[in-house]
Amino acid sequence: MIRRSLSAMAVPADAAAIRGSSRNTLKHIGYVLRSNPMTMGAFILFVLFVIAAVLGPSLVPYDPLKSDPAAALQAPSAAHWFGTDDLGRDVFSRVVVATRLDLFIALSAVAISFLLGSVIGSLSGYYGGWTDRITGRFIDTIMAFPLFVLAMGIVAALGNSVVNIIYATAIVNLPFYARMSRAEVNVRREAGFVLAAKLSGNSDLRILATQIFPNALPPMMVQISLNLGWAILNAAGLSFIGLGVRPPTPEWGIMVAEGARFIVSGEWWLAIFPGAVLMLAVFTFNMLGDGLRDIVDPRQRT
Amino acid sequence: MFRSRVKLVLSRFVQAIPTLFGVIVVTFILTRALPGDPAVYFAGPAADAKSIEQVRVALGLDKSLPEQFVRYVGDLVTGDLGDSISTGQPVVSDIASRLPASLELTLFALIISLAIAIPLGILAATRPGTWVDHLCRLVVTAGVSLPVFFTGLALVYVFYYQLGISPAPLGRLDFVHFAPPAVTGFFVIDALLDTDLDTALAALSQLLLPAITLALFTLAPIARMTRAAMLQVLSSDFVRTARAAGLTRSRVLFTYAFRNALLPVITTLGMVFSFMLGANVLVEKVFAWPGIGSYAVEALVVSDYAAVQGFVLAMAVLFVTLNTLIDIAYTVIDPRVGLDG
Repeated sequence: MIRRSLSAMAVPADAAAIRGSSRNTLKHIGYVLRSNPMTMGAFILFVLFVIAAVLGPSLVPYDPLKSDPAAALQAPSAAHWFGTDDLGRDVFSRVVVATRLDLFIALSAVAISFLLGSVIGSLSGYYGGWTDRITGRFIDTIMAFPLFVLAMGIVAALGNSVVNIIYATAIVNLPFYARMSRAEVNVRREAGFVLAAKLSGNSDLRILATQIFPNALPPMMVQISLNLGWAILNAAGLSFIGLGVRPPTPEWGIMVAEGARFIVSGEWWLAIFPGAVLMLAVFTFNMLGDGLRDIVDPRQRT
Repeated sequence: MFRSRVKLVLSRFVQAIPTLFGVIVVTFILTRALPGDPAVYFAGPAADAKSIEQVRVALGLDKSLPEQFVRYVGDLVTGDLGDSISTGQPVVSDIASRLPASLELTLFALIISLAIAIPLGILAATRPGTWVDHLCRLVVTAGVSLPVFFTGLALVYVFYYQLGISPAPLGRLDFVHFAPPAVTGFFVIDALLDTDLDTALAALSQLLLPAITLALFTLAPIARMTRAAMLQVLSSDFVRTARAAGLTRSRVLFTYAFRNALLPVITTLGMVFSFMLGANVLVEKVFAWPGIGSYAVEALVVSDYAAVQGFVLAMAVLFVTLNTLIDIAYTVIDPRVGLDG
């Protein structure tokens, strides 16, 4: 009887606390966005990139694959904002349509390495001992390669396709997530709330999944955002050297590679626009990551 | 104390052995993960079942995986990485002949990058909130977002096409000059040793743009780390004490603060090298630089697997060596290492 009334009292109090804290979080996010114009700008750019990725093909003025020899190599104008390439295709349309593929590659790669990395890292951080030593050795071996070079080797071995670019990018990103989740789990292994959960009879895996990991998530989110930029760079770099994406598919890296031939004769718009948009995308995710860090951990601000 | 330090340096070498072993296992797996049957691939398109079988036996592919691995390691020890299909040469000699070009580019870029990033980081840390600090922050955030192949092309457009001060981005020397007699393999140094100033300048002008491209890319992590490390050291007790004792500003800054701030900077150099060796491939492709990066790209295009895997292995071994050297430098520089060991 007493117990029931206690829990009945506790529930509304908890709910109010949770609602209060989420409102506070929103307030804090709003405050960070307002006080830091760079983060605000990055957030707006991020929304634009998402719109381009989702709606891109239906928004663009020209068919990104349709060539028009009569209009080849035209400089940027009102009709063709970013000019046309050597086959007369509209560079602007191609750059916008490419957003979906580039973000898709980066997002899937980061998602795979986040899932795999956090499972590996959490287990080795929680159990320690042999699990830790073996996974640690595995992670060290990946890190013993220059990462981009390893990605090249993986794509060469698995075969030259977009899916293998995703796998390669995921594998070279794995160490960052594994190390981070290992460290985050390790410091919480002996925390009071973990011991309490253990005493009330929860299994190790349950504690790891419901108690420890959710607490390790905020710093991981920052890592994801910073990592997305790097994943985009990595994937674009691979397609720049001719791996994965094949012409005539619009993709930023391959567009820069195709446009590179025309730089020395002065047709700069072929390579510079896709390159600049690629740079902007990476910049957006990096700034967003810095902003997220301010929200998650205000002390780490540099 | 000297003895314990020698011991530590030796133990760093020993620590590199399991890493090297891991690297060899991974490259072995990569060579065996080729799509389809490697024997069919290496036998060539015109091979029949009999010649495929011959190739299989010749390559040892009919043996068990552990046996294949032992054979692979044995080949590596004797320096046999297989033959390149595109050049017809052993991969080892191909890589050895192209390595100096890559090293010249990478080392020159590293020197430029250190010469700019470290002063920038120190200035930003000693003058927080001023324009130097803002410049440093801009460089740090923009630098990590720059795709190297994009910066390279932009520089080519401005300095070659627009201003006409740079030579065409086509390799290490223009057609007018001949390669200097090889001593170090670095064209600029070799030409100077040959007292051929004209060729040295020509080689330098070819080297400048790709090196700057690579340096811009590595500037960011070094400047960021220098700034952070300097900020931390400058707020520490011993610096306050040194200031209170009336030591000159430069003495506090360089003798007390900078030497201690150098340690974390050296540690980040490992990560910088990882980025640099990867970015090297892209820069070499943009500037048609005849190093091992462009060799690997050419090999990738024609599916020349032995060459690609040889390149991956060479880069990994180079990277492990560099990391070991960094560890040793750290051991030698850090006065605390070896005292408690």
